[in-house]
Amino acid sequence: MLHRLRFIPGRILQAIPVAIGVTILVFMMSHLLPGNPAVAMLGNHATPAAVAALSKHLGLNQPLWDQYWLFLVHLLHGDLGESITYQQPVFGLVMSAAPVTLSLVLYALVLSLIISVPLAGWAASRPGGVRDLGVRGYTLLGQGMPQFWTGIMLILLLAVRLRLFPVSGYGQTPLDHLYYLFLPALTLAISMCPTIIRSLRASTIQVLGSEYIGTARSKGIGGASLFRVHVLRNAAIPTVSIVGVNLGFLVGGSLIIEQVFAIPGLGSLMINAILSDDFPTIQGVALVVALFVVVVGVLTDIVYTLLDPRVDLANTEAVR
Amino acid sequence: MTTTPAPTLTPPKARRRAVRARSLRPWYRNGSLVAGIVIVGGLILVAVFAPLLTPYSPTTQNLTDVLQGPSAAHWLGTDQFGRDVLTRLIWSTRVDLRIGFMAVLIPFVVGTVLGGLAGYFGGWIDTVVMRLVDIFFAFPFYVMVIALVFVLGAGETSIYLAIAAVSWVSYAKIVRGEILVAKQQDYVMAARLGGFSHLKVLVRHIGPNVLSQAIIYAMSDIVQDIMAIVTLGYLGLGIAPPTAEWGSMIAGGQQFITTQWQQATIPGLAVVVTSLGLSWLGDGLSDLLSPDRRK
Repeated sequence: MLHRLRFIPGRILQAIPVAIGVTILVFMMSHLLPGNPAVAMLGNHATPAAVAALSKHLGLNQPLWDQYWLFLVHLLHGDLGESITYQQPVFGLVMSAAPVTLSLVLYALVLSLIISVPLAGWAASRPGGVRDLGVRGYTLLGQGMPQFWTGIMLILLLAVRLRLFPVSGYGQTPLDHLYYLFLPALTLAISMCPTIIRSLRASTIQVLGSEYIGTARSKGIGGASLFRVHVLRNAAIPTVSIVGVNLGFLVGGSLIIEQVFAIPGLGSLMINAILSDDFPTIQGVALVVALFVVVVGVLTDIVYTLLDPRVDLANTEAVR
Repeated sequence: MTTTPAPTLTPPKARRRAVRARSLRPWYRNGSLVAGIVIVGGLILVAVFAPLLTPYSPTTQNLTDVLQGPSAAHWLGTDQFGRDVLTRLIWSTRVDLRIGFMAVLIPFVVGTVLGGLAGYFGGWIDTVVMRLVDIFFAFPFYVMVIALVFVLGAGETSIYLAIAAVSWVSYAKIVRGEILVAKQQDYVMAARLGGFSHLKVLVRHIGPNVLSQAIIYAMSDIVQDIMAIVTLGYLGLGIAPPTAEWGSMIAGGQQFITTQWQQATIPGLAVVVTSLGLSWLGDGLSDLLSPDRRK
């Protein structure tokens, strides 16, 4: 068991250049801005004194490489710059918004699995049948609907017409959050499910055709326990990596959906920053989200290995 | 699922015959291809002939007729500026389809070339390209697109560049994977032994065989690009306001969702129909271009 985890240090080492690349890319964004980055970052507050101070802080009179180094040093001290609109350190803003986004993403993930697993099993039980066609129709439609529009339609149906859920907001207590975040999480789940269902349906069909399922059936195992113990555990393995890869998609989507439902997460922070020309905040959100995706990539590979004894990333040449 | 027998595996011979039957089937017998062509072709016609299809202007405001419900004069009603919703819906097709189709061009070329070089030559080129892919892949699509549109300034060019910066990655991955497989094939070895240069082998021999997957992917990529444009429009970061565009129409309609629900609903349905058409076109093309890959 443990020997299969030998790949972890190597996998983490492999993630480091990617993380560094992410910081370089985000750093370069400030130089793509028209004009002096310090002026652009200060926006309306660009007095000559403030520009001079920020230029010195960012090392703008030094070579690009030294500027990047300074950016990295600041980053390691948790200094992502100062938000123009809030007049507060970006790091604090991002850290207070991140848990909201993270809980929305996890909520959406849980809902996606609750919806996808039965639907995929249902569709796979008789490929080509009516139920299968129905589920496949949904996967086609689900990917064709713009996420924010799905959200608006859910608001229209479940909040405005049926008054089952609040139209927007986040609530006060944890229980409130669960209630308020249901529609946004469902919105994300509706667009996430097609990807999961497609993968799970295909692998379930494959597993159902394998000999050990025939053996299990002939031993008299059937129904839910056959599906849970013998089918799902094996069929779920490829889906884990699909989910891992698409978690970034879920994060990206949640940024948009937060705007639809007025949830105070990273998305609202980023979009409001864009509407008020608050570059340091945009930079901060982009950086934190991308680094999060890199970490999730490493975690996915670890979970994948733990789940499937046949995967031995330590012994394969290319980890990816 | 308790009583259904385990599906039997298709014997290879029958499978091959089925594949051949599919590939020899004339294109017009291919359901998804025909559905895709009809929908996408129809949308293109609507876009081209937009000015002839409606008597109204998509942008001129008519403040005496604001927020009307559907009527004989305005089939889908009017918006908060008194503009005919159907007219704006039709004119949006021009903007959203054009940008959606154009936006795949740069990433298609850049991703195919980089992925092709990485897969064919391997070694350090492969390492560099794949690390770049990993880095760009870390940014969720919308995070990168939104940040870049901000950095590059609003406007159509920025949208193209921002989408290109994100989506070249998928083409590079697909083409690299295809080339890694194609490289092992005998015909490539034969071409090399025949004295052809690397460039000629890549372009003349491998190219046509690996491009089909990239073309099939491009169909779903157009869908993704249209989603991006519509989303940017919804957020107010896309095509500037008076121009009719599905995303900004939905944003406008959302304010009146309690009284005029159709204003936010219908432009979204237009997006759904467009992506359905493109998905079917992609499915149909994949039957046509690589029949052996299907299931």
